[in-house]
Formats: sequence, structure tokens, C-alpha cells
Amino acid sequence: MWQYAARRIILAIPIAIGVTIICFCLVHLAPGDPVQNLLPPDASQEDVAYLKQAYGLDQPMPVQYAKWLAHAVTGDFGISIQTRRPVLGEVLHALGNTLFVSTGAVMLAFPLALVLGTLAAYFVGRPPDRIATGVAVIGISVPNYWFAIVLIIIFAVELRVLPAAGMGPQGSDGFDPLQWSQLRYAVLPVVATSLVPLGIIMRSTRSAVADMLSQDFILTLRAKGLRGWGVLRHALRNALPQVLTVMGLQFGYLVGGSILIETIFTWPGTGFLLNKAILTRDIPMLQGAMLVLAMCFVVINLVVDLLQTAIDPRIKRG
Amino acid sequence: MSDTTLPLPRLAAAEEAPRRTRARGYWRTVGRRLRRDHVTLFFVAVIAIIVLAAIFAPLIAPFDPSTTSIANRLKPIGYKGLFILGTDELGRDVLSRLIYGGRISLLMGLLPVGLATCIGGFLGLIAGFAGGWVNTLIMRIMDVFYAFPSVLLAVAISGTMGGGIGVSLVALTLVFIPPLCRVSEAATTQIRSRDFVDAARASGASSLSIVLYHVLRNVLTPVLVYASSLISVAILLAAGLSFLGLGVEPPTADWGLMLSTLRQSIYVQPVICALPGAAIFICSLSFNLVSDGLRQAMDIKA
Repeated sequence: MWQYAARRIILAIPIAIGVTIICFCLVHLAPGDPVQNLLPPDASQEDVAYLKQAYGLDQPMPVQYAKWLAHAVTGDFGISIQTRRPVLGEVLHALGNTLFVSTGAVMLAFPLALVLGTLAAYFVGRPPDRIATGVAVIGISVPNYWFAIVLIIIFAVELRVLPAAGMGPQGSDGFDPLQWSQLRYAVLPVVATSLVPLGIIMRSTRSAVADMLSQDFILTLRAKGLRGWGVLRHALRNALPQVLTVMGLQFGYLVGGSILIETIFTWPGTGFLLNKAILTRDIPMLQGAMLVLAMCFVVINLVVDLLQTAIDPRIKRG
Repeated sequence: MSDTTLPLPRLAAAEEAPRRTRARGYWRTVGRRLRRDHVTLFFVAVIAIIVLAAIFAPLIAPFDPSTTSIANRLKPIGYKGLFILGTDELGRDVLSRLIYGGRISLLMGLLPVGLATCIGGFLGLIAGFAGGWVNTLIMRIMDVFYAFPSVLLAVAISGTMGGGIGVSLVALTLVFIPPLCRVSEAATTQIRSRDFVDAARASGASSLSIVLYHVLRNVLTPVLVYASSLISVAILLAAGLSFLGLGVEPPTADWGLMLSTLRQSIYVQPVICALPGAAIFICSLSFNLVSDGLRQAMDIKA
């Protein structure tokens, strides 16, 4: 177990390095000279050359990468061109807001998906299964940005019971989730975010539990006289490690792929930050936000993998 | 080729017969299952309608999708009996724009998945068949791309490259290459260790002919079925990019773009605002269900 854990962590290192390379290269793939955006269009050649030297842009790419990485490792992601504040602080602050919504969506979607998926597997082919599978397919196919807009139309435009956007009068600094007057701003983003993981996890729970229910040990349990929950309990327990992997991945997707929902709700999370950085061509911010999100995803996957081996001793990893 | 008139050597005929009957039997079973699957058939019909509407858009659409009219801005559904689904913020007919918008969505759903299937499938085939360090190299590179959530990667590529339909195509293709490569690699590795490959090698077949005649046809089915499930993801992602202003440029009629511009009028015409998203949803749902039906009929596990 510990040996596997160590191996898995070591294997994550090259991936993390690869991620930094992609983040670095993406920005340099961008059309246009990064210096041109900082200077007025009538700047002289000497000024351009001076600024390039000042930013280290005249050096070969590998050198630039090494320097950038050395800074990034120490938490120095540069200064945002737009806000003139350190990128890391901005990104981490936004990450907290994103995690709040993702965690809320997870707490809503995961238990519901487990229950519905298990019911569907137990009643395979019968009405409960049909309904649950239908809901799952809708959850997977629905564009969540459209679902968010439909939620706004229903609850903010027509019924006027929930706010359409933003994070309350005080913004993210004074956000107090214990007060309904502020928590209500998070309701629609959380619900809109939860639909996709609901569908995906319901589906994988259904197939994993159905797989277990068709195995011989379940037949033995049934022969012993167990039924209903007694049988299901054993099937669910054996299916859980498999479902857990999907859950971890989904949580990672929620954290990393929050851009659309956050843009719609103007929720000041990492996705919103990323969108702003793209629109204003704020390169350090873009690079920093991407790197932090991708690293979160790598770490979440790693943790889930380790957790899975810890709870399921049958898994012998080669 | 009819099999009774030509006097074939006995040996060749005996070799040929079982393989052919089995292949025909499999596809016949798949066809029979599909014919009985009414849900899948229904959504095949829906896709057919969307495709036909997109192809014959100029003939079907009641109005030109880009003709603006200041007098007819944001009119409700069924306005004057002319604008069946109302008009948008520039007075353009929403129904006509939805019909034309199907073109972009279908293009963005099918082309990146098709390209990624070719590239990713090919890379996976090489990795799986070559094994060793080639496999390690290709698959580790894929792992790095896997470390990005697909939305993030697509947005980051489109965002840094400046958006536009061409960039979206490239971004989506890049997003889909790693998963397709993985499926193809897994299938190839599995097939490579089967006895009939050893038999072919023992009878003197070259690596190239083994890949072309024995491995490829067995790898193709799972890869294509998996690729079909990515079409709806591609449609959702492409519309999402357009929604963020990183995909198709205005005034092109596109569902994601329509959703983003009509969103500004959410308090004026909330129902019309929801229409383009509904189109994206129906399209993606149809492709998802057809892909599911196909997989079930072909008895391939996800």
C-alpha cells in the first residue's frame, strides 16, 4: 500500500511538470507580441527592445521557461496586468469561492446520485430505473450554461425569489455562508453546477451496482434468505470504490471547469477570473489561473487514487 | 462475388466460410436489436431532421438569418403570425437563425471528433502495437493533457489563440485526442496479445499487414462507438466557447452565440432567450441516446 502510494506520487511529478510546460507554451502560442500590448502603438524600436529585455523576453524559450518555473515554484506568478496585484493571491482568493460552489454542488449531487443510481440498479428495466436513467441522460446532455439561464428565468425573472447574479452586496470579502441573505446568492450556481455530476454519477452507480448484483456472491446472499436492503448493502459496498473514482474526477471537473457557470452568475471564482483574464489579455493572470486549476485537478486525482487503494484492499496495482 | 459458380480451392473456401458467416451474423444481430430499440430510432429521426434542416436551411428558413429590422426587435413568439419563434435584439427571425445555427453545431460536433478519431486512434494504434518506450512516450504525453479538465483546456487554447471558428476546431480536436488515444491503445494492446495475431505472425505476416488486416478492424469498432459518444460533448463545448465569445464570430447564426446575445434580453423575452439552449440540448441529447443505443446493440461496455 505505502509502496504503491509512493510510486503513484512519484508518477504524478512528470505529469505536473508537463502541465507547467503546457501552461507556459500556450501563452507563447498566442498570436501577437506580448510586449505590444503593454506599449502604445507608436513606441520606438528601442523601447520595444528595452522592455523585452526587462521582461526577459529576448532570451531563448527554455531559459524563459526555467525562470518562469523557478518563480512559480516559490509562489511568484507575477503581477496581474489588469489589477496590478500579485496573481497568486487573486487566484487563491477566487479558488475559495469556486470551491464553495463546487463543494455545495457535490453535497447536493453525490448523495442523490448514489440513491437514485442504486434504486435504478435494483429495479433494472422497471419504472424506477427508466425514470432514473432518463434523468441521468438529461443531466449528461444538458448544456449546464443553458440550465443556469433557465434557472435564472424561472427563479429570478418570473418568480423573483432568488438573485440572478453576483455574490451579495458585500461581494466575496464579507461572504458569510451562515446568513441566508448571502447564502441565497449561491443557491442557483450550486444547483446549476450539480446537474452534470448528478447525471454522470447516477449512471456509473447504476452500472457498478447492477454489475455487482449479477455476481455469484449476491446469489449466495439471496439463497441465504437476504433480500432488499440486506442484499443491496453488500452490492453497494463493493461498487463504491469504482463510483468513488468517478466522483473524484467529477469534483475535479467542477473546480476546473467552472468558467461558464461563473460567468453567467458573475460569481467571483477562478472561472470568472479566467474569463476576465482572457477578455483583457492579462497573460500572467491567465497562466497563473490555468496552472493552479490544472494542479488542483492533478492533486484531486492523486488523492482519489490513493483513497481508493486505501478503502479497497482488493486492488493490487501493478 | 457469388460463391457457387467459381470453383475455389477447397482450403481457401473452408478458411473463408466461418469468418464471413460470423461477421454477417454479428451485424445482423446488431441491426435487429437497433430496429427493436424505438428510443434510439426516434432520436436517429431527430438527428436526421436536424441534419436535413441544416443542409436545406436556405429553402426552409422563412427569413434571411442576418437581415436586421429595427422595427421588429425582440418581438414575442408568433408575432404577427410571421415570426414563429419571435425575433432577437436586432430584429432577426429567431427560427431562421436556429435553422442556420444547426450547421455550425453539427460541424463543430462532427469535425473535431472525426479529426481526433483519426489522430488519436492512429497514435493509440502505434502505442498499443509498438509497446515499450514508444507506448510510454505517447501515453505519458496524453496523461499530461488529461491533467486538464476538458472545458479548461478548450477555453485556454481558444482564449490564448484569440478565438474564432478555426481555433475552436483545433482546440476541440486537441481536447478529444487523448481520450480517443487511450481507448484505441487499450483495444490494440488487448488484440495484440490474442492468438490469431500470433498465428498471423507465425505464418509470416509483416507487422504492417497484421495491423491493417487483423488489429485495425477489431480496434475500429470500440473506437468509433466511443467517438460517437463524444459528439454531444463536442456540441456542448463548442456552443460553450461561442457563448463565451471565443468561438464563432457574430453575425454568424450559432446557437451558443444566440444564447449569449439573447441573454441580455432575459427580462424582456425570457422564453425566446431559452430557445437556442433548448436546441443545443435536443441536439446533444439525441446524439447521446443514439450513441447509447448503438453501444447497447453492439454489446460494448462503456
